[in-house]
Amino acid sequence: MKDSNGSAAKREELAALAKRIRLHVVEMVHAAGSSHVGTCLSMAELLAVLYGQVLNVDPTRPDWSERDRLIMSKGHGCAGLYAVLAERGFFPIDWLQSFYHDGARLAGHATHHGIPGVEVSTGSLGHGLSLACGMALVGRREERSWRVFALLSDGECDEGSTWEAAMFAPHHKLDNLVAIVDYNKIQSLGTVKEVLDLEPFAAKWRSFGWSAVEVDGHDIIQLRSVLSALPTERGKPTCVIAHTVKGKGVSFMEDKLLWHYRSPDEQEFRQALAELEKSQ
Amino acid sequence: MRSAFFRTLMSLAEEDSRICLVVGDIGFGVVEPFAQRFPTRFVNVGVAEQNMTGVAAGMAMCGKVVFTYSIANFPTLRCLEQIRNDVCYHHADVKVVAVGGGFAYGALGMTHHATEDLAILRSMPGMVVVAPGDPIETELVTGAIVAQAGPCYLRLGRAGEPTVHTSRPEFELGKAIVVREGSDLAMISTGGMLDTAVQVAERIARLGLHARVLSMHTIKPLDRDSVLAAARETGAIFTLEEHSVIGGLGGAVAEVLAESGELRVPFRRIGLPSEFSSRVGSQEYLRACYGLSASAIVDTVRATLISTRTVTA
Repeated sequence: MKDSNGSAAKREELAALAKRIRLHVVEMVHAAGSSHVGTCLSMAELLAVLYGQVLNVDPTRPDWSERDRLIMSKGHGCAGLYAVLAERGFFPIDWLQSFYHDGARLAGHATHHGIPGVEVSTGSLGHGLSLACGMALVGRREERSWRVFALLSDGECDEGSTWEAAMFAPHHKLDNLVAIVDYNKIQSLGTVKEVLDLEPFAAKWRSFGWSAVEVDGHDIIQLRSVLSALPTERGKPTCVIAHTVKGKGVSFMEDKLLWHYRSPDEQEFRQALAELEKSQ
Repeated sequence: MRSAFFRTLMSLAEEDSRICLVVGDIGFGVVEPFAQRFPTRFVNVGVAEQNMTGVAAGMAMCGKVVFTYSIANFPTLRCLEQIRNDVCYHHADVKVVAVGGGFAYGALGMTHHATEDLAILRSMPGMVVVAPGDPIETELVTGAIVAQAGPCYLRLGRAGEPTVHTSRPEFELGKAIVVREGSDLAMISTGGMLDTAVQVAERIARLGLHARVLSMHTIKPLDRDSVLAAARETGAIFTLEEHSVIGGLGGAVAEVLAESGELRVPFRRIGLPSEFSSRVGSQEYLRACYGLSASAIVDTVRATLISTRTVTA
């Protein structure tokens, strides 16, 4: 794809947003002593492209009825979501400092209570796609212009409820619905391949009736190209399988199961910040 | 009750375009009129109760009043976490409707006995729990839960329950209906046991015991004032439910009485023991097996009062 000057500038802007998301996430998780840094880092470009370009949302009117809806079905990735919402101005950036702390607003799984921009509370896996289906069904039947995006983890595709919803959406021709899977290949106790292999993953979605596309989830040009031309097939919901690297952007976290759980200590934190600051 | 529910739902839906019905492939012969009249407000999700509840919550978040519908434990226990997280935590306007409370589907076996639902749903924050006593109450309850935004669990019997009320009673969610006055004891009934409660009251009246009969159509929020007034004014409380004695109406009333402090009255929870029934039989048969027939309840009431008061055997 040829990148015009304007497009190149946008790409740089989105890359910078992804970088800021990563920096926020590492700071939040370090200050909180919390888990799930790897899953936030793997979806930084996804969040940057969605909130920086694709989603029709208005930070000054988070409940605007015609907005696009994003359901963070992988609720354990909430630090990334909070970071991008703060960057987009849904709430003050200094709220991020109190993530996970006693008496704070921002809980360790996505919570909508008092947090502008968070559509729904999640944390138990396998709930988000059904919620998204309900919203998309209303949107489609009432011929509304808004769309619904559900951001899923690979691990939550083990949940039967995810596949109940996966059958529902094509049956009702919900082409205003987009499921994005952050396919970072590592779940709670091992690799996806070891624990419960999802492959052939794209073929599964296609066989359920979805239009499935596979992208490099860290390639902003590819993400922009796919997510700005939805639905990929008229009359079908779109599934974007984003191949990503867990812990992306911090050398010692990349592709390591440990960083599903571990919170960086002081030295690791400094190294992570240094690496991220140096990145493009 | 099922017919009264659907008749009322149809009539409410004519007036209120927010009302939608989402079913889990259940309701042959009863859901079709709604589906035909309001095709864009009806969805059959298939045999997928988790998705049914999640879809309903998503629709409610877009401004709809959504009824989910199935039988026995399928719309409740099968998708309990969706009810807890997606419906209750978001205060979504979803009304969970189960047909077949208690032993209504008796002969279909243990999987179809809804005998812990009230206890479990009652423990969900923000959930209103209702179990109307007859078709008239069903109509009144259905209107009331649409008028009050937020999560609700509506437990229905099946079909063919007798109409107990001779006229339309004054109705308010969370306020018990006095079906019969009496000062010697109070029988507090929920759901389809109301007819039996009235029969028991009639029989013991012949023995000189006058029972107040309360229809506690709303289990949560519980009408604390009516319970305490009944305890003070009649001096004995019996709860009656086609449900485990753990955590349902009996449990809720016990909590009120125990915490009231000054009231020490004879009290008995009449319901099902905490066990699975592997007996085979109709609702009437199974009720009788577990001491829920009118004659068995008369005996329980007499025995309790004999042991605690000077009632002659």
